[in-house]
Amino acid sequence: MPYTSELKELIKKVEATRPARVEKKKRGEEFPLLSLKEREERLKKYHPDFKEGSRKEIRVGPNKGYAISPEIVNLLEAKSRLNPDVIDLNRVAYETDILVLGGGGAGTAAALIAQENGAKVLIATKLRHGDANTMMAEGGIQAATKGTKDSPYYHYLDVLGGGHFKNPPELVYTLVTEAPKVLAWLEGLGCMFTKFPEGRLQTLHGGGTSRKRMHYAADITGAEIMRTLRDEARNRVEQIKVLEFSPAVELILNEYGHCAGAVLYNLETEEYFIVKAKAVVMATGGSGRLHIQGFMTTNHYGATGDGLILGYRAGVKLCFLHSVQYHPTGAVFPEQAEGLLITEKFRGAGANVLNIEGEQFVNEREPRDVESSCFIRECTEIGKGIPTPTGKLGIWLDSPMIDIVMGEGVVKREFPGKFILFKRYGIDISKEPMLVYPTLHYQNGGLEYNSRCETSIPGFFSAGEVSGGVHGENRLMGNSLLDVCVFGRIAGISASEYVRGKFKDGKLTLDHVRRYHKELEEAGIITDRVAPMLLPDYSNPQVRERQLTAHYLGTIR
Amino acid sequence: MSAEEIKREELVPIFIMGKRYEVPSSITIQKALEYAGYQLIRGCGCRGGICGACGTVYRFPGSYKIEIGLACQTVVQPNMYLTQIPFFPATKSIYDIEKIKPTIETLVKAYPELLRCLQCNTCTKSCPMDIEVMDYIAAAMRGDVARLAELSFDCVMCGLCTARCPAEICQYNIAILGRRLYGKYIALKAEHLASMVKEVEKGKYEQMLRGLMDTDEETLKDLYNKREIEPEQAAEDWTPKDKIYL
Repeated sequence: MPYTSELKELIKKVEATRPARVEKKKRGEEFPLLSLKEREERLKKYHPDFKEGSRKEIRVGPNKGYAISPEIVNLLEAKSRLNPDVIDLNRVAYETDILVLGGGGAGTAAALIAQENGAKVLIATKLRHGDANTMMAEGGIQAATKGTKDSPYYHYLDVLGGGHFKNPPELVYTLVTEAPKVLAWLEGLGCMFTKFPEGRLQTLHGGGTSRKRMHYAADITGAEIMRTLRDEARNRVEQIKVLEFSPAVELILNEYGHCAGAVLYNLETEEYFIVKAKAVVMATGGSGRLHIQGFMTTNHYGATGDGLILGYRAGVKLCFLHSVQYHPTGAVFPEQAEGLLITEKFRGAGANVLNIEGEQFVNEREPRDVESSCFIRECTEIGKGIPTPTGKLGIWLDSPMIDIVMGEGVVKREFPGKFILFKRYGIDISKEPMLVYPTLHYQNGGLEYNSRCETSIPGFFSAGEVSGGVHGENRLMGNSLLDVCVFGRIAGISASEYVRGKFKDGKLTLDHVRRYHKELEEAGIITDRVAPMLLPDYSNPQVRERQLTAHYLGTIR
Repeated sequence: MSAEEIKREELVPIFIMGKRYEVPSSITIQKALEYAGYQLIRGCGCRGGICGACGTVYRFPGSYKIEIGLACQTVVQPNMYLTQIPFFPATKSIYDIEKIKPTIETLVKAYPELLRCLQCNTCTKSCPMDIEVMDYIAAAMRGDVARLAELSFDCVMCGLCTARCPAEICQYNIAILGRRLYGKYIALKAEHLASMVKEVEKGKYEQMLRGLMDTDEETLKDLYNKREIEPEQAAEDWTPKDKIYL
C-alpha cells in the first residue's frame, strides 16, 4: 500500500530539508560521529539490552548464573523433545564421516572444504538447503582487499571497536586475515561481485568501518553467495549428501565423551533418525525468531536458536549472549513488510536518517547498536518519531538523496531487490523515503569455540552465527557473511583433520540428556517446555481453541 | 500485527486449494495461510522475498489468467483461488566449474533442452521477480553468457518458470550456471585482491596484528579513536596520510 495522505504530508518536510543536506553531503560535511564515551551513554540509556527485565540468570548447565535474554533462558531450561529411554541408538539410519547441522552459509562452506579434504559429508537441515540468514544478508562482505588504503590491521581495529573491545583477539585475527582469501575463494567459485569494468571490486563503507571495504553483489550479496555455495555442493552430490526438513533435536556423544552424531527429526513424517558420525559441525545459525522483547525480526523462519540448546545440553559453554543485535533499519511501513531488513548499504551509499521534522539527529554510519539506540531515543525521549497507521513509530531513511548525490538510476541499479519490492507496494524509493525502526537482527553470542572452530567437546565443531566471540558484543555490517565463510571453511578443515586423526569409535549415548533432565529437576524447574523450538509459533489462537484433538509438543503439532 | 488488530480488520474470502477461508484483507498470502490454521513447514522460508520457498499460483473466478507471486510478498485479494508450489522437480547438471568454459557448448551440453525453447514467454509471465526470463534463455541460446548472467541476476530460484515451461526447460539452473561462468571467467579478476592474498600469506601483516593483539584495552581505544576515516565522498584512489600499517 502506498503512503497515506498523512505520511505524504510529512514527507514534504523531508523534501524541504533535502537540498541543503545534499549540498552538505557533496561538500563532504558529515553529521558528527559520537565519541566512545557518548556511544556508551546512549547504549546504556536506550539499547534494549540494558532495559530492565531484559536479562535473566540461567539456573542449570555450564553457564549457571549467566544472565541473558529470558526467551533463550526459557529454552535452555526446557526438556529434550526426546525421552532418551525410548530411543534405540543401535538403529543407525545414516553413517558418515562428518555430519553438518545446518544448510546455510557456514554449513555449506564447511561441507565443501571437508569434502575437499577427503571426508564424506552429510548435511542435515531444518528446511531447504540454503534456507538461512545467509540468504537474507543484503549489504555485503567485509575484507581488506585494497592494499593502497586498507589492511587487516584496520579491519581488526574496526571489529574490536564495534564489539566494545571484548572480542577474543585470536578469533578476530583469524577473521581479518582469512577475509581476503575468502573473497578470492568466492570469486573463484563464480560469485558475481559488483566490480568496475577492469575487475576492481567496488566497495562501500558500513557502520563503524574506517575504510570502504564492504564488497557486494548489488543488494543481494548473501543470496548470491548462498546460491553459489549451494550450487557447488550440488555438483559434489556423491560426497555431500543433503537431508532437508530434518533438523537435529539432540547431539549424540560416545562413551569417551566425544561427539558422535545426532538425532534428526523428519518434520514431514514425524520420525526420528539416528546419524552416526566421526565428527559433527554445528552451523544452525541464529535466533531472531524467538522475538526477544517482542521485537520484529529480519531473520529466517527457521532461526530459533536450536544449536545453542543442543550444544549447551551436551556441555558446551555459551558466551556473549548477553548482547543482542538490533538492526537500525527494519521496515515499519507498509505493514506487510514489517521487520523486513533494509540494508545498511543505503546508509553506506549516503542516505540520511531523519526525524519527523526532516532533521538529522545522528550520523547514518554509527555502529549498529549505537545507531539503533539513537533511533529509539529519538522516538521515545525526544518524541520526534514518525507515527505509522498501525500506531508504531519510525524514522525516515532518505533513499532519494542517493540518486541526487550519485546520479539518476543508482537506487534502482544498486538496490534492485528493495526497489521492486516497494514498487509492488506503490512506493518508489528513488523518489520517496522509507520508514524504518530497529528490528531484531543478529545473535552476537553463542557457543564458545576457538579459532580452529573446536569446542570443549572433542569431535564437535562450531561455525557461524551459532558461535559466539568473534564479534564481541556487537557485530559490524558485512562481518557475518565473512564469519560464515571464514569459520565454515575452518570447521571443514578441522573436522576432516579430526576424522583422520584423533577420532575414536565408541558406544553411542544420550546420558548427557539424562543428566541435564536430572539437573533441571534438582534446580526445581518443573516444566512442560521442550527445546529446541524448531519453528516459531505463528498459529491463530482462535484456530488453536478449535483444534480439540490436536497434540502440540512445544510449537509443533 | 496483534490478534486484536487483525480482529478489527475487514475479512475477505480466499480459496486455499479450493477451500474457502475468511482472512484479514491487508495481510500477505503467507500470513493468511497461518491465520487460516496452517502450520507452515514447506512453502515458507525467509519471509522476506529472497529465498524462493513460497512460489504461489492463483486465479480469480471467471478469469482465464494464471497469476503468480511469492506468498510472503503478495497481499491477499478477495476470491483468489490459490495453491503454493513449494517444490518442483528440476534438472540440475553436474559440472566441474574449474574445467568448463563460458561458451554456448557448455550451456547446451549441460542443458540440451535449452534449444527446445518455443519463445512463448510463459516463463517471463510466471516470474514473481519481474525477470525477463525468456530473454535470458534467448541469450543462453546465443551463447551470450554475460547477458544471461546480467538478466537473471535477481532470480530467487522459486521454480515457477520451470513449473510452467511447455518446453520443459529448467530456466533457473541454466541461469545460475551462466552467472557462475560469468563471475569466474568473463568478469575480469580483481588484481588488488590477488595481491592482498599474497601479502597476507607472506605474513606482511603478522607483526602489526600480533602487536594489536597484545595491546591493552585503553591503548586500543586510543588507536581506534585516532584511526583515520576514509571520507564517504572520497574517490576510489584515495589514500590515507598514515601508511605505516598498509
